[in-house]
Amino acid sequence: MDARRERERTPMKNRTTVERKSERELVVTRTFNGPARIVFEAWTKPELLKQWWAPKSFGVSFISCEADVRAGGTYRFVFGHAASEQPMEFFGRYIEVTPHSRLVWTNDEGAEGGAVTTVTFEERGAETLVVVHDLYPSKEALDSAIASGSTGGFSETFEQLDDLLVTLSASVGRS
Amino acid sequence: MVQYSRTRFDGSFGALSDATRRGVLEQLARADASITDLADKFHMTLTGMKKHVDVLERAGLVNTEKVGRVRTCKLGLCRLEEEAAWLERYRQLWDARFDELDKVVEELKRKEKVDGRKKRA
Repeated sequence: MDARRERERTPMKNRTTVERKSERELVVTRTFNGPARIVFEAWTKPELLKQWWAPKSFGVSFISCEADVRAGGTYRFVFGHAASEQPMEFFGRYIEVTPHSRLVWTNDEGAEGGAVTTVTFEERGAETLVVVHDLYPSKEALDSAIASGSTGGFSETFEQLDDLLVTLSASVGRS
Repeated sequence: MVQYSRTRFDGSFGALSDATRRGVLEQLARADASITDLADKFHMTLTGMKKHVDVLERAGLVNTEKVGRVRTCKLGLCRLEEEAAWLERYRQLWDARFDELDKVVEELKRKEKVDGRKKRA
């Protein structure tokens, strides 16, 4: 019943999935209701990227958004976050830019080797499937990104995690 | 993900399949302890206890820290649970992002339609 109401309220909303595909890989997928040409444009024009990359519902906002989207070009995003005084900075270099189908960039803000992000755009009729693939240099690199909660650049307070800790301690105590 | 989770689950179940290891977790739920303490408590050799603690540590159920010559053991956060919570949070971030991107795509489609009409006119 609730599920049906949910669907009625947002008939066009597509599902976002996230999967740790292997020890070094994270994959995010989502379908968009538009041709690859348009979706690709929204990823490659800074003035458009700026409109969606820092979602308001996450309490983040762009301070600056520079992206020279061509092979060898660099990007630099600076965000402000309600929960932190220091702005957060993300930067790297585009390795591959293939119009309407593929984008590859590095994530260089970390001290050690960061992930390489590959985004593919696959047109299916009037829709486009977008796959965001992060490849970390090692299992340890992804594990520590998860442990610090830093990937994606949003150091949220992990209240859910605290709850889990309590639950776990309780269940271990019982076993 | 399925396969990966199963590996983690197997690790946890394997770690919990042994009565001594369950006892160690029970003990650590009450208080942190050194490997020597645990070996005494369970009437085992230091080497034997070390092996059990290694298994628990690999499963993410126990964390150990060496200070001087003493290795202290404490309950660890289960990595599987930690990771599941993190992945869900990460998914929510992308979902929020993509909801905004939907709007941009709609706007671009609308503009293209208008421009197309202008060109034909």
